[in-house]
Amino acid sequence: MSGIQVIEHKCVGCKKCQKVCPYDAIDMVEKLAVINLDKCTLCGACVDACPFEAIVIEKATGEKQDISSYSGICVYAEHRNGVLSSVVKEIIGVARRLKESLDKPIYAIVVGQDVKRIAEEILEYGVDEAWVREDPRLGDYAEDVQADVVAAILQEMRPEIFLGGGTIIGRSLLPRVAVRLKTGLTADCTELTIDEETKNLRQTRPAFGGNIMATILTTAHRPQMATVRHKVMPEAKKVEKPQGRIVPADYIPVPKPRIEVLGFVPEEGQTVNLVEADIIVSAGRGIQDPKNVGLIAKLANAVGGALGASRAVVDAGWVPYSHQVGQTGKTVNPVVYIACGISGAIQHLAGMKSSDIIIAINRDANAPIFDVAHYGIVGNLFDVVPELIKQIEK
Amino acid sequence: MNIVVCIKQVPDTTNIRINPETNTLIREGVESIINPFDMYAIEEALRIKEKIGGKVTALSMGPPQVAEALRTAISLGADEAILLTDRAFAGADTWATSLTLAGAIRKMENIGLILMGKQAIDGDTGQVGPGVAEHLRLPHITDIRKIEEISEKEIVCERLLEDGYLRLKAQLPIIITVVKEINEPRLPSLRGKMAAKKAEIITWNAEYIGIPVEEIGLNGSPTQVLKIFTPPKPGGGKVFEGEPADTVAQLLAELKTGGIQLGAAKEE
Ligand SMILES: Cc1cc2nc3c(=O)[nH]c(=O)nc-3n(C[C@H](O)[C@H](O)[C@H](O)COP(=O)(O)OP(=O)(O)OC[C@H]3O[C@@H](n4cnc5c(N)ncnc54)[C@H](O)[C@@H]3O)c2cc1C
Ligand SMILES: Nc1ncnc2c1ncn2[C@@H]1O[C@H](COP(=O)(O)O)[C@@H](O)[C@H]1O
Repeated sequence: MSGIQVIEHKCVGCKKCQKVCPYDAIDMVEKLAVINLDKCTLCGACVDACPFEAIVIEKATGEKQDISSYSGICVYAEHRNGVLSSVVKEIIGVARRLKESLDKPIYAIVVGQDVKRIAEEILEYGVDEAWVREDPRLGDYAEDVQADVVAAILQEMRPEIFLGGGTIIGRSLLPRVAVRLKTGLTADCTELTIDEETKNLRQTRPAFGGNIMATILTTAHRPQMATVRHKVMPEAKKVEKPQGRIVPADYIPVPKPRIEVLGFVPEEGQTVNLVEADIIVSAGRGIQDPKNVGLIAKLANAVGGALGASRAVVDAGWVPYSHQVGQTGKTVNPVVYIACGISGAIQHLAGMKSSDIIIAINRDANAPIFDVAHYGIVGNLFDVVPELIKQIEK
Repeated sequence: MNIVVCIKQVPDTTNIRINPETNTLIREGVESIINPFDMYAIEEALRIKEKIGGKVTALSMGPPQVAEALRTAISLGADEAILLTDRAFAGADTWATSLTLAGAIRKMENIGLILMGKQAIDGDTGQVGPGVAEHLRLPHITDIRKIEEISEKEIVCERLLEDGYLRLKAQLPIIITVVKEINEPRLPSLRGKMAAKKAEIITWNAEYIGIPVEEIGLNGSPTQVLKIFTPPKPGGGKVFEGEPADTVAQLLAELKTGGIQLGAAKEE
């Protein structure tokens, strides 16, 4: 049996564990930490926080998988309409960095209809082997079928690491693959490094709406799988002399699709895709009236960015849901994020905190948005935004 | 046809604040709520039932206090609530959670549709929906923003993508996850609240579901948390106050020094 234990003679009652427990599961009884097992989820926050190593979590491991036969780093090459998704270049960048520690090849899995060109493009970024399975049934959005094929390829390839984009498609496909292969999957990572001692992949990701970060390991199973948050890692540059080769995987069976694609309807009135945008200008309740959405949109236009919004504005029906940034909306990582009339509630911050540069415009100098903003202007947005547009267009 | 809604009880992160001195979570007054996305899943399940009939079962895995969340589901109109609770479930990652939920669903009869939220706001993974689907070998569709048509046989729905939406058609049984846009959840009725008070919350343990203990909870979880820490604070930036003409000029000058020129098509 697994379980959590407080080693009584080591515990000094310092309460550090109690403070970090996200589940309020630790009580102090006579200067001793006592774990409330009804609340504890064994998340491990307390183990890490204890300066005295007084809390241990033990895990009974069943039969061990032989992990030594797995090697190399594999990348899932997401693409759409014959275009490689930009997140893939970011992941190849990660893979190339990890390769420096592991000294093992970089593989890619390219599945779809007519994808030779994508496979060739991928090699230009320094991938050593692109495994390709082409079939009309593997068309865009056929994740259901793709999951089977990707899992089957991985069983042949046996990479020690498998990475995909933290995109809607990636976060739908990889969980299926992980379950099939009985291995761990860490969602939406913002940092990936190799532990120099054990050679395990250290996967760091935000949780609790970005309030905490967790570093996660998959020690006993392979491949170690992760989805990677878009726009956090720099894209790989093309290599001078691509040396990689294409490996056809025609023998992998393709199952019958269970989901029929009736069509794709592109977002209206949004010239720039929010998640891909380098600049986002967001409107909050501070715009006060739906007719003022136009002013923020005008600024977005002037800087060549996309329009975002806080939930308050979306709930009021002033801007469609697809523009909502935050915990119950989209997570974005632009180069520049301009928040206009947004207070900076924690749920909003969850979706934009990792932007490279945050600019806040708010008339309340105490608004929490200023705590995360790199630059702020305290002032009435109805004066500041038109002035900003004017000076930019000058 | 029976409909299952998987709900998770989570800490209400509205109230989670960071103590700036110790850099730790302030837990005071942190209540437990039903994961917000799951509220939309419950609402959608009820609407489907109202349209085509059937029974709605709310299903949750967690410690005994999760019964409270299940009662809320009943107050909203769910017919039945099942709590999967056992010390052996503790410490489950998404792999073990999905196996456990799948095991419970396998025990139920005539299931046509399983609804979940897009993701839970504590773990933020969104992996459990597709995971359950794979354990049950059922198809799944994530991020549904609208169900256009549904019958006991078939579903036509709209799935939100980054840059638009997809229209998809599939046969039941299927697992779907929903986003906030899909509906406006109702409030519990007085009668619902009464029903919730009296309702029996069915509890199942690991033995009943029949999954070996090595496969569930911490033991069955391939991932392990090495450490948890609070992210470094961005450390207060530059704030400009005064006449807009000046503050804007100062901002643009600062950005320019940092190599960013707004409006100049691309930044260097
Ligand atoms: C479970 C849950 C999930 C949530 N998910 C999200 C989410 O995904 N995304 C999200 O955004 N929110 C989310 N929220 C809501 C969030 O908590 C806030 O309610 C919301 O972000 C507030 O939006 P706001 O900043 O636009 O409005 P307010 O908080 O009302 O702030 C308006 C700001 O505008 C300023 N202002 C007013 N007039 C002017 C003016 N003329 N010039 C300059 N400044 C002005 C004010 O000083 C104020 O700071 C969620 C909440 C919960 C409980
Ligand atoms: N312990 C649980 N019990 C029931 N449903 C769950 C549980 N954990 C996750 N879910 C469901 O899976 C969805 C996604 O959760 P997650 O993968 O944890 O982000 C949630 O919105 C719930 O519908």
